Formats: sequence, structure tokens, C-alpha cells
Amino acid sequence: MNSRLYNSLLWSIRLAIVVGVLILFVPLVVWSFSRSWYFPNLVPTAYSWRAWSYIFDPTSRVWPALVNSFVIATAVTLFSILIGLPAGRALGLHQFRGKTLVEFLILMPTIVPVLAAAFGIHVMFIRYGLSDSLLGVVLVHLIPVTPYVVLILSSIFANYNIEYEEQARSLGARPWQLFLYITLPAIFPGLVVGSLFAFIISWSQYLLTLLIGGGQVPTLPVMLFAFATSGDYALTAALSLVFIGPALLLLLLTARYLTGENAALGQYVKQ
Amino acid sequence: MGRERLTALELELESELDYPQVGVRPQAPRPLWSRTLRRLKIPLMLLPALLVIVLLFGGGLVSALLQSLGYMPIIGRHEFTLDAYRHIFRDPVFYRSLGLTLWISLVSTSTAVVLAVISALALRRPFRGKRFVSFIYQLNIPIPHLVGAIGILLLFSQSGFLARLAYFGGLIQQPSDFPALVYDPYALGIILEYVWKTTFFIGVIVLSALQAAGDEYENVARTLGANRWQRLRYVIVPTITPAVLSSSILVFAFTFGSFEVPYLLGQRFPSALPVLAYRQYVNPDLNARPEAMALSIVISVIITLLILLYMKLAKRE
Repeated sequence: MNSRLYNSLLWSIRLAIVVGVLILFVPLVVWSFSRSWYFPNLVPTAYSWRAWSYIFDPTSRVWPALVNSFVIATAVTLFSILIGLPAGRALGLHQFRGKTLVEFLILMPTIVPVLAAAFGIHVMFIRYGLSDSLLGVVLVHLIPVTPYVVLILSSIFANYNIEYEEQARSLGARPWQLFLYITLPAIFPGLVVGSLFAFIISWSQYLLTLLIGGGQVPTLPVMLFAFATSGDYALTAALSLVFIGPALLLLLLTARYLTGENAALGQYVKQ
Repeated sequence: MGRERLTALELELESELDYPQVGVRPQAPRPLWSRTLRRLKIPLMLLPALLVIVLLFGGGLVSALLQSLGYMPIIGRHEFTLDAYRHIFRDPVFYRSLGLTLWISLVSTSTAVVLAVISALALRRPFRGKRFVSFIYQLNIPIPHLVGAIGILLLFSQSGFLARLAYFGGLIQQPSDFPALVYDPYALGIILEYVWKTTFFIGVIVLSALQAAGDEYENVARTLGANRWQRLRYVIVPTITPAVLSSSILVFAFTFGSFEVPYLLGQRFPSALPVLAYRQYVNPDLNARPEAMALSIVISVIITLLILLYMKLAKRE
């Protein structure tokens, strides 16, 4: 294969990547503004804001679902960071007996599907009055979220230079000062990425919410599923675009943090 | 005063001999509670995370296992039985669902691996617009599968965008002429969604393995006279194999045990195993409950076995 041919092959692959990724978003955008778009028209015959104004109307059915999703994902993020910080620090900075086992256990929910555990938990939660409640949904979302948060934070702590803490301590810093002025700034980029991951994983949960919430806790994905099967494509498309908002935010942030352009993280990545 | 000073100096000198680090003074032994706390420090740091995994996840699994064995004290069943499993393994529906689920996972994982490697190879060298293409490359990784599935529905269904294009191209006259790509027996819509989502996940991992390895080995191979094909076979493939294996394990396990994509894009019968389990679970007949639990346990066991097998094969390689 000559190198000119090879080069044009590379460029067609790159083009295929861009088209392949974006093509799924195009119908979402167009549908969200369409009023009537029947087969075989390639573009809608009439446009409207109906879907968008319905979503952002506080009296619509969508609004409480949006609020629920936001509250749940925020709570899950907070809890998972509180859980993940000490665990990530222990795994990233310390060697101890049974470390491999702990890592294996924590990674379990990323491999073994959560379906069986969800069925089992549902019955336990019914017994303790946690099913059909916001708290129950938050608790059960912690299962898929925790492994990722611990993983991200432990990799951040693995590159974290503990000597700065020792210096600060020898200068008389109290534990909270150590955390606030030394640890927090150093792990901040990882914390942001970890939090966004946690938020998005919780935000995207469908089956767990459906089972444990039992229809009493309508969230965005539960609503989205209902619209998608009911055939109101304009509303489905608009809601899908709202649904991917946090994911896009994550991408914009990580693009900045993870390319080494950020000094705080770069310092530790280089070591 | 002078004498005292001298002794202090002497003491410090002496302690320097015992303790090579400058400025570290010998400390009084810590009280017992402090030592216990120090020993418990790491377990305590891990405790909250392990509570979530062991209590919630593990507890859920155990509860599902007990119920799959017919133990349901809530409705007064205390004896253990293998009836649910026996029933499942005798049911042809189970085997059709198992076959379909394996088909979906195998086809989508292997397609995604091939596309991921090709695309990562096209992106690893600097080129004009690399930042933009790399951004697009990561764009759909955090997008929920549900949205991907809706996109597939709008594009590939029989009245979807592709069908309309086919109409204008004169290929079809009406929606039903368009081949069924959604709700179809070959689960093509489901596979398309998984490939769309997971190609770039595997790709990003492969790409970072390629970039971490750098160009050196390839340049050495080139100077030794290796052609493009030989460099691919003997340099690039060994470089990316660990990345491909680990990421494809995750993708396979995910696609095997995942629920919402086949629930939205799959035909009613046969359905993917997780969908079958869910339908049994929401069945108002309480006798279906142990079967749903047994199905979900079987799914978990199959995935664990497949992954162990896969890792064993990978190790031999």
C-alpha cells in the first residue's frame, strides 16, 4: 500500500468517526423542534417549540422528574465522595494486607450485573420501608457509583505526594488545615471528575430506579422511557437532549483537566 | 545553665547517632488507644466503601440467591428447593434467550473491538484537526445508553431517517419494505447501539496504550526492515493486547447483563436474559418470583464463568 493511499484511508476513517458519533444526535435535535414529520419526509413539515416549552413548564409532568433526578444525583454524588475519599486515600497511598481482595470487592459491581443484587435489595428494602422512597433510590444508586469514585480517587492519590502534608504538619498545621490547604487543592481536579462521574452514573440509572422507586420516584430516565415507548418523538428527543446535558458538561471539564493543561494535576501526573 | 545547655547538646548528638534523621526526637510510647486507632486507620478508611459493596451489593446477591432457592419468609416459605432452577433449565424459552444474549454480546463486543482498533490507529499520530476529532471521539462515552437507543430508534426504525432516505433513493415504497433493524430477530438495533457506545470506550483505552508506548519500537522495527504489516503484527498488536482484553471484558459483561437497550429495542420474543428476568420479576404471580431470582443469579454466574475463562485464555496468550 503506498503512503498516499494509506493517508487517504486514515482521513476517511477520521471522517467516519466524526460522522458515526454525530449521526445519532442529528435526529434528536431535529425531532425536538418538529411538529409534524411523517414518513417519507426528510425534514419536518412543521416546526414548533412545544416539546421544549413543555419540558421547562413547572406544571408539566417532566418538571418533578427533573427535580427528582437532580436531587438524587446530587445526594449520590455527595455520599459517594464522602465514601470514596477515605477509601481512595487508603488504596492509593497505603500498602496493606488484603489490598488485592479489597480492590477486587470494590470492582465487583462493575463486572457482575447489578440486576440480581437489585432484585434481592428490593425485597430487603420493602422490609425496612426503604422501597418507593427517595432515600432507597439514593442508597441503591451508590452501588454502581462507588466503584468508579473509589477508582478515580485512588488513582489520584497514587500520584499524590504525601511529603507536602508532612511539611505542613511539621510547620504546625492542624488536620483540617492539612485537608483544606494541602490535600484538597492537590486532588481537586480528580474530585471534580469523580463527582461528575458519580452524578452522571446516578443520573443515568433506569432499572435500579424503576425497581426500588417502584414508580413512586419518577426520574428523567423513567419518564424518557415512557415517552419513547408512547411514540411522542418530539418530546422524547427534547428530553433526551436535556438528559445528556451533564454528560456534555463532564466532557468539557475533563477535556480541560485531563489533557495536562491544568497545573495542579499536571504537577502530580508528571511525577 | 551552661552545663545544662551542654547536656542538651550532648543528648541531641547522641540521639542523632541512634536516629539518623535530623530533628526527630525519640518519642514516648503512644497510649494503647492511639496505637489501636492507628492499626484500625486503614480498615476504618475502607469501611464506608466496603459497607456499600458488601452490605448492599453482596447482601442483595445473597437475598436474591436465597429467594431463588424458594426461601421467602415474607410469604411463609422457609424450605429450600431447586425447583426454580429445574424449571428454568427445562424451559426452551431460557435457551433461546441465552442464545440471543450471547449473540448480542459476542457480535457487539467483537465488532466494537475491530472498529476501536482501526479508529485508534487512525488517531494516534498528530494531524490537522486532531483536537476536534479526539473530542468527538470521546463525546458519546458519557452519553446514557437510553439516549443511544432512542437515537437508533429514530434513525433505523422502519419509518426512521434511513428508511426515508431509502424511499428517496427509490429503494422502498413504504416503511414495511425497509428491513427491520429494530425489534428484529437478529437484534441488530441492540447491537448497533452497543457498537456505537462501546467502540469509543475501547478505542480511548487502546489509544492511550498506543500513545504511552510511543513510536520507538516501531522505528526500531522499521530500521530493521519490517514492513507495515509486520510492524502491525509484531509491534502494535502486542502493545494493545492488554488494553483490548481488559476493556472488552468490561464491554462483554456489560452487554450481557444490561437491561434497558434490549428492553427498548428488542422484539418481545425471544428477549435478552435480563429482560426475561425482569418480566418474570414483575409478574404478579408470586410463583414467578423465585424464577426471576434464579434467572438473575444464572446471568451473574454465566458472566463470572465467561470472564474467568476469558482471563485464563488471555493469560495463556
